[in-house]
Amino acid sequence: MSQDRVRRRRFIKTAFPVLLTLSLLLLPLFNDSSYVLSTLVFIGIYSIVTISLCLLMGYAGQISLGHAAFYGMGAYGSAILTVKFGLNPWLALLAAAAFTALVAWAIGIPTLKLKEHYLALATLGFGVIVYIIFTQETAWTGGPSGLSGIPYLSLGQLTFNNDLSYYYLVWAAVLFTIYLSSNIVNSRIGRALRAIHGSETAAEAMGVNTAAYKLQIFVLSAIFASIAGSLYSHYITMINPSPFGFRMSIEFVLMAVVGGIASIWGPLVGVSVVIFLTQLLRDLIPLLLPNAGGEMELVAFGLILSVIMIFMPEGLFRGLMDRWDNPVRYRKAKAPLPSSLWEEDES
Amino acid sequence: MTLLEVRSLSKSFGGVVAVAGVSFSIQQGQICALIGPNGAGKTTMFNVITGIYQPDSGQVYFEDRLISGFKPHQIAGLGITRTFQNLQIFENMTVRENVMLGRHVLTKTGLFSAALGLPASRRENRACRRLAGDFLAQVGLADRADEPSANLPFGQQRLLEIARAMALEPKLLLLDEPAAGLPGGETRELEQVILRLRDQGTSILLVEHDMETVMNLADNIVVMDFGYKIAEGGPAKIQKDPQVLKAYLGEEDSDA
Amino acid sequence: MDPGQLLQLLIAGLVLGVIYALIAVGFITVYNVTGIINFAQGEFVMLGAMLAVTLHKYNLPLPLIILIAVAAMAVTGMLMQRLAIRPAKSASLVTFIIISIGISIALRGAALLIWGTNPYTLPAFSNQAGLEWLGAHIQVQSLWIMAITLMAFAGLFYFFEKTYPGKAVKACVINPNAAELMGINPQSMSLLAFAIAGGMGALAGVVITPITLASYDMGLMFGLKGFVAAVLGGLTSVPGALVGGVLLGVLESLGAGYISSGYKDALAFLILVLILFVKPDGLLGKIRGNRV
Repeated sequence: MSQDRVRRRRFIKTAFPVLLTLSLLLLPLFNDSSYVLSTLVFIGIYSIVTISLCLLMGYAGQISLGHAAFYGMGAYGSAILTVKFGLNPWLALLAAAAFTALVAWAIGIPTLKLKEHYLALATLGFGVIVYIIFTQETAWTGGPSGLSGIPYLSLGQLTFNNDLSYYYLVWAAVLFTIYLSSNIVNSRIGRALRAIHGSETAAEAMGVNTAAYKLQIFVLSAIFASIAGSLYSHYITMINPSPFGFRMSIEFVLMAVVGGIASIWGPLVGVSVVIFLTQLLRDLIPLLLPNAGGEMELVAFGLILSVIMIFMPEGLFRGLMDRWDNPVRYRKAKAPLPSSLWEEDES
Repeated sequence: MTLLEVRSLSKSFGGVVAVAGVSFSIQQGQICALIGPNGAGKTTMFNVITGIYQPDSGQVYFEDRLISGFKPHQIAGLGITRTFQNLQIFENMTVRENVMLGRHVLTKTGLFSAALGLPASRRENRACRRLAGDFLAQVGLADRADEPSANLPFGQQRLLEIARAMALEPKLLLLDEPAAGLPGGETRELEQVILRLRDQGTSILLVEHDMETVMNLADNIVVMDFGYKIAEGGPAKIQKDPQVLKAYLGEEDSDA
Repeated sequence: MDPGQLLQLLIAGLVLGVIYALIAVGFITVYNVTGIINFAQGEFVMLGAMLAVTLHKYNLPLPLIILIAVAAMAVTGMLMQRLAIRPAKSASLVTFIIISIGISIALRGAALLIWGTNPYTLPAFSNQAGLEWLGAHIQVQSLWIMAITLMAFAGLFYFFEKTYPGKAVKACVINPNAAELMGINPQSMSLLAFAIAGGMGALAGVVITPITLASYDMGLMFGLKGFVAAVLGGLTSVPGALVGGVLLGVLESLGAGYISSGYKDALAFLILVLILFVKPDGLLGKIRGNRV
């Protein structure tokens, strides 16, 4: 690889996170409207789940169509433990994550033995079952009306009870998640996961305990999703089952895939694109078609999604980056370019 | 000393007998070739030795230890690895990363340490990158180390699989038709690579159809046909064995 | 519970089951010919139902309504194949799942646009009061559903066994490579598969509406349950769809009657998960070996 390209990559790789962190830090100075900040809070929370999904789907090559269940277990876990048992919110967050991890471990053992569409189905079935439990177990979860009065998180004197403070809290969490995930991807573990995705047989022949690794990454991604769910609970302070069903699971997969599942930055792009697209359509459609209601957005959303997947299945982040940086190699490549070209630590 | 011993191994699929009561052994420092017409059971034998299948009867011993029944990754951990007839490189990784993966059993960074980016993890990673480069140099792929592995031409992908297997520093390396599809010049280069491996202390079990390669490399040859072992011995002996000739060329009075 | 009630539940389950079976046929055909799980299948059901409702408002005769709904959704299925599936070439499973989800979102949005959120109904196909049999009351629509669905299955059987296009589709199911070598065009087969999926889905939607109402979001649950039925039956054959569908319908009906109607949907998915763990190839599926 040419020295120029190496230097340019290295520059982007260090510059990008720094720029991102700076922008995130300074943004509220320019615009601290509730609308913008709360949108960014949601982008952050969804990004944590989506990044975890990317580790599972893009790197380890598995599928989960039920990830909203883990997100919901974190949300309800935090809500129930703080509202009904008065537990400290941070402890509740950890306890919920531990419980979710246990469930993911138990479900994962039989489920991860399945492949491809069977795996997709099993995770889908699991997700729906958990959602139905949320709606039916009224004594615990408040049923379809849900739970309210969830307390705020606080750290010493600081209570996270407004958009601005929560914005910083969530994005600190997002950056930490990115740090952890990026480290994993560039490590022995990340290679093992990608090997499982590339060829499970060869990975086993090279000593990778594929069953154990798939389980580990499944549990880890469940933990991330659970923490995101807890953050969601303590932000909006009242929850009901509707954000934790099949539609949300699919939306997470959508956001992951649109951004690009085989990358760590892709999910951020994907979440942002999906959320902005939804909002854009909401604003734009009434201008173009004055009599159309919210339904038109759904149609447009679905169509745009399909178009992206048809023409850029590796996702927007990787698709655009590779085309810009490697136009010749991109056209000649027989398989999606390895993610490490952008992420590998070349020290 | 005997490195690998296969004792009366049998394996069937449904009603089809793939391997029937085959016994042979490989001595340390040897190159042993497993040959036979198509369907003789050679790849099945590989798959049983490496733990992909369990034998129906019989045992496999490695360094006097029973390994039949172990999972493939456990067997790799003992120092046995393989290449694949239908190439199983990791197309979603670069050339170098493929080889780095070969170091998996010899490295130990776990999920926790990796996620936190602890110094030990980073150090091990850097060492792994350098070593991978060395192994690539041994097969002549050093200059393509950071390219997507999918972009390599076929012959180089074969060499990549070998470099990946070498990275595991195996005691026993199983090569499944490494010369298949290679033009003559590249086959000779491949033979040199294999001989160098043997000289460095790796014992080799080779399935191969290219008779010239087999005769050039093998110290011991095991011949299979229809699942049975029909002959065993050095190259000179095998070349003259009537059973072997019959298996490959058919009966003299057959109507072909 | 008295035997009359039990019989009632069984019959209700049977009726529901053949509906699931029709939807399952759509999944199975598309999956076997293309390898794709079509998440838009449920929307074919929904659109068929809604279209029938609208046609009924124009006082068209029932047989014509059924014909138009089935044909329209068969065409929609083909359009989906041509415009969304074929251009994606040989993308990965996840990509196709997302594409079909995108299409299903678009179709649902279109339905919302045209018909709004209200549930609609169709009158039963004839006016009789239903019949009493061994203590169970059977609605007349249930009889219509059984009759029409069984005719549809008979038609499918004839199609797959006796007609050239049908046998070509079957060949793709059994051995796609050999089929292609014999001159069967996989793209045409894919088109045909989607047409069947659309048509059968529409039929299911039309016949079930008098009993369960139709609304713009009915597609999701019907699609998922049809999918469970397909997996139960083994994802490989039309008789499998029938077996899986009936089994699922009966289990769901009994579950709603005996256990709790809130959890009845969960039951379907619990069955799915258990089948996948225990016998992923379903009840009639064949074990496919893997050559390394």
